[in-house]
Amino acid sequence: MTDSKELQVKTKHEVTTPAEQTKPGLVFTPDVDIFEDERRLTLLADMPGVANEDVKIDLNDGVLSIAGEVKPFEGADESDVLIEFDTGRYYRQFTLSEVIDQNRLEAKLEDGVLRLILPKAEKAIPRRITVAAG
Amino acid sequence: MFARRLFDFPSMGWRHPFTELERMSRRMDQLANAVIGGPGLRWMPAKVYPAINLTEDVNNYYVRAELPGIKSDALDVQVIGKNLTISGERTIPSEGESIRYHRREREAGKFSRVIGLPGDIEPERVDAKMVNGVLTVTMAKAEASKPKQITVH
Repeated sequence: MTDSKELQVKTKHEVTTPAEQTKPGLVFTPDVDIFEDERRLTLLADMPGVANEDVKIDLNDGVLSIAGEVKPFEGADESDVLIEFDTGRYYRQFTLSEVIDQNRLEAKLEDGVLRLILPKAEKAIPRRITVAAG
Repeated sequence: MFARRLFDFPSMGWRHPFTELERMSRRMDQLANAVIGGPGLRWMPAKVYPAINLTEDVNNYYVRAELPGIKSDALDVQVIGKNLTISGERTIPSEGESIRYHRREREAGKFSRVIGLPGDIEPERVDAKMVNGVLTVTMAKAEASKPKQITVH
């Protein structure tokens, strides 16, 4: 097994959309991995600090939005000594080119990673048609 | 012209003897602002993964780090004296043979970071928990380091 490389610190990216947020606070774009196979599209998003009930997934007109609320970590009596990252909500939007079966979306949040499975609509699955001989 | 050739290198032209100082002073201002400046700038970017937030209250020090995708048993948290060491490895499991990636932003790898605490702690009373990808290490301050209220009469 080869040695894995060292993880580097990545600054969190703040959302830079022209649409303003209505609630105060920072909003970050979560890192995502998106991959597909024949039957489904899968999206994995890093959203540490988000609990199951605080994730909102919306699929509307081919636009997928994922949002996660983060409760502030620090207690009220704590004073800062060294702060290296800010906390804030997560939000990201994607335009999907595939046709997705909206009734069969599956989402699971584990260890701060959201796994969203978007099954392709039946008609989008490539079907092999065997040609009978004779 | 003779003087110019002498003093033009590297940047201390005799015409502007204070340029270097001005540049330094501007740089110090920038650094100072970065540390105590405006609302968006109160943090120092971390050089080592993971970025942590170290806070304290009267009884404890708290260290928090965002470590998504890492299970508690893949993490190694140790306390030696006034140093807290957080190390581990993030692995991203392979998702299958016949998949095509459209985007790949998450990273996997090892990490190890030592954080020096500002005061003594009690190693027997350290609690570390991992919730939703956020690690919170709570360390009780040693009795001698806690502030003591002195009554003035």
